[in-house]
Amino acid sequence: MKPTIVKREPVVDEAMDQCEARLTEEEIEKVINEVIDKETGGRLWTYINTCIHCGLCAEACHWYLSNDRDVSFAPVTKIKDTLWVMLEKKGKVDAAFIKRCSQISHTECNACRRCGMYCPFGIDIAYMILVVRRICAKLGMVPLYLQDTVHSHAATMNQMWVKPDEWIDTLQWQEEEAQGYVPSARLPLEKEGAEIMYSVIGPEPKFLAQLLGNITVIMKVAGLDWTMPATAGWDNSNMAMYSGDFEIMARVERLHHETAQRLKVKKIVMGECGHAFRGAEYDGPTWMGWMKPPIPIVHAIAFYYDLIKSGRIKIAKKIEGPITSQYPCNVIRNAGLGSKLRYIMSAVCEDFVDLIPNDRHAFCCNAGGGTINCGPPWKKIRVQSAKLQSENFKRTGAHTIVTPCHNCHSGVEDIVDGYKLGMHVKFFSELLIEAMEIPEHLKPKEE
Amino acid sequence: MYEFVSGPLVWIAFIVFIGGSLYRIYNMLSISKKEKVVFPHMSLKHSLASLVHWVIPFNNQYMRKRPIFTIVSFAFHICLLIAPIFLLAHVILWDESWNMSWWTIPEAVTDWMTIIVIIGCIFFLYRRLTDPVVKNVTDGSDYLLLAITALPFITGFIAYHQLFAYNTILILHILTGEIMLIAIPFTRLSHMLFFVFTRSYFGSEQGHVKNSKDW
Ligand code: HEM
Ligand code: HEM
Ligand code: SF4
Ligand code: SF4
Repeated sequence: MKPTIVKREPVVDEAMDQCEARLTEEEIEKVINEVIDKETGGRLWTYINTCIHCGLCAEACHWYLSNDRDVSFAPVTKIKDTLWVMLEKKGKVDAAFIKRCSQISHTECNACRRCGMYCPFGIDIAYMILVVRRICAKLGMVPLYLQDTVHSHAATMNQMWVKPDEWIDTLQWQEEEAQGYVPSARLPLEKEGAEIMYSVIGPEPKFLAQLLGNITVIMKVAGLDWTMPATAGWDNSNMAMYSGDFEIMARVERLHHETAQRLKVKKIVMGECGHAFRGAEYDGPTWMGWMKPPIPIVHAIAFYYDLIKSGRIKIAKKIEGPITSQYPCNVIRNAGLGSKLRYIMSAVCEDFVDLIPNDRHAFCCNAGGGTINCGPPWKKIRVQSAKLQSENFKRTGAHTIVTPCHNCHSGVEDIVDGYKLGMHVKFFSELLIEAMEIPEHLKPKEE
Repeated sequence: MYEFVSGPLVWIAFIVFIGGSLYRIYNMLSISKKEKVVFPHMSLKHSLASLVHWVIPFNNQYMRKRPIFTIVSFAFHICLLIAPIFLLAHVILWDESWNMSWWTIPEAVTDWMTIIVIIGCIFFLYRRLTDPVVKNVTDGSDYLLLAITALPFITGFIAYHQLFAYNTILILHILTGEIMLIAIPFTRLSHMLFFVFTRSYFGSEQGHVKNSKDW
């Protein structure tokens, strides 16, 4: 088979360049065969032996569609250029090849699973991409910035090197902020036996602390019995899941679930993040051999849906003007929350303009799957390859794009900047805070 | 020669086809057991839902988006599977040697079905040569699979119409038919065997595990 013609601007990623210089071919061969023999089985074998090389999956991928149909971005090509070669050569490949594998799997695929839905056989390319990442990670071939977040997970059990005292300080500060709106609001730490443990991702306390204030207000207005952990285990994000370091992924997921068990809560509600839900609900449990998480996990979209639908939260004044929403792959295509998202959007917006295509067919923001965490070296091609979704946003004519996912939030901000869309990017809870009714008795007393 | 290809070789071809298919499916199931998630993720309901959406033409979004391909692909596969089984000449052969016979399709119809299969192969060949994505993932084996698929139909057609060298062509026909049967379990033509399983797994994972859909 002729090699794929690949045209890319050179990118300097120090970690990958150093790894390339260090890797030996014996080590590569050993790791590839180890992963293929010990960690894969029927799925990989059947996918490889069934794929009829029809190319129908190409039409699914925003990388391919956004780059003028450059075949080197087509899903099947990504497998051809990685696993097909590894299998054919039985692992006898060189370090430059492994570097290209990392580039393809970490920086040019969001593991969004859209192509699986477009293959007539249902071949899950994204699963195979994760196998490639696994091989790369075991060889230490991971983009610098992504690996840094993995180190942070390993050392601190959160993604952003947040220290224990910073965590507690931030929560107390946000409790005070929330009390500016609703004086009786509380952010209860370590309340054993509460109904709900609320967990967030590392970047929330680090950069987006106001979201913690928002949830404190929302919980009070909805009258819920909730708590947050004061210890490690509060962070539900998991970049190790995306680098391919599944041992660390499992440690992170286990601690998150065990923290909820320690607090004896009935369920975990998580903030607006897609990959965190995927890790806690699916990738973590399956790696550890659990079929279901021990304590049910509720994503913010489903949580707000219940609050609004049951009338626990009432909408006082809908947000005006056209507003659209991104459909985060990991909670829509891969968790079925699409209709709930449309319900809550229509409940708080006067004019909710839907994307085309929408729901599980919607395109990825191109930040997901850990690609945005590969950092500045890889940003240019990432934003360039989100062209298709930028056009979809533009067509809605919305003034605001809602992103019920942290990855989408950052990715869509990059799209808005990169394509000069002039739109705002907000989390759903930010709209809810503006639109919801605060009952008289909870409002601050006039002096 | 005719005796050999229409006698012992037919036996061999069918034994390898059936035995090989069973072996490949068994092998697939046993290495799937090695992965702890595969079977627990399966659900009959969601497997069937997925199959219903992918074996009925135009029953999912993507098929509607590529109508020409969908029509060609379904016409090709339906004719490919149905024509040889209900072909008068084939049923007569079964009747002569095994004393069993079944319903047949009029020869004029099977003749057209044969033409449709050949057109399908030409269409797939054309895509392989022109569509950049397909071209990029094509090597000799893909052309070989197309040839293995097309040849029994081309030679069957020539033999039926007695266009030339009937005896030679008939021998060639039987031989290529046997090659095709033998190739099904051991090449990517095994997609025929695995289709049901890959679809069921993806349908189950999307529906049962992830609460979503795959169409
Ligand atoms: C395995 C042993 C096979 C034998 C002994 C056999 C035998 C025959 C015979 C005797 C004919 C009739 C020729 C005539 O009318 O003079 C025929 C026609 C035909 N065969 Fe087979 N065949 C075999 C396998 C296959 C296979 C595997 C396929 C395709 C999957 C196939 C497809 C056809 C078709 C499509 C025709 C008819 C063409 C037309 O009517 O235009 N045959 N075969
Ligand atoms: C139940 C049986 C079968 C099913 C469900 C099936 C399904 C498929 C699917 C989904 C494709 C992908 C492209 C498309 O949608 O057309 C395909 C392609 C193809 N199939 Fe089948 N198939 C079956 C049996 C066979 C058999 C028995 C053969 C030949 C011996 C065959 C030969 C081919 C060929 C030649 C292609 C096109 C490859 C290309 O693009 O060059 N199929 N099949
Ligand atoms: S998983 Fe998503 S990003 Fe990756 S190849 Fe498939 S469609 Fe493209
Ligand atoms: S659509 Fe499926 S069978 Fe066709 S090339 Fe892509 S992965 Fe292979």
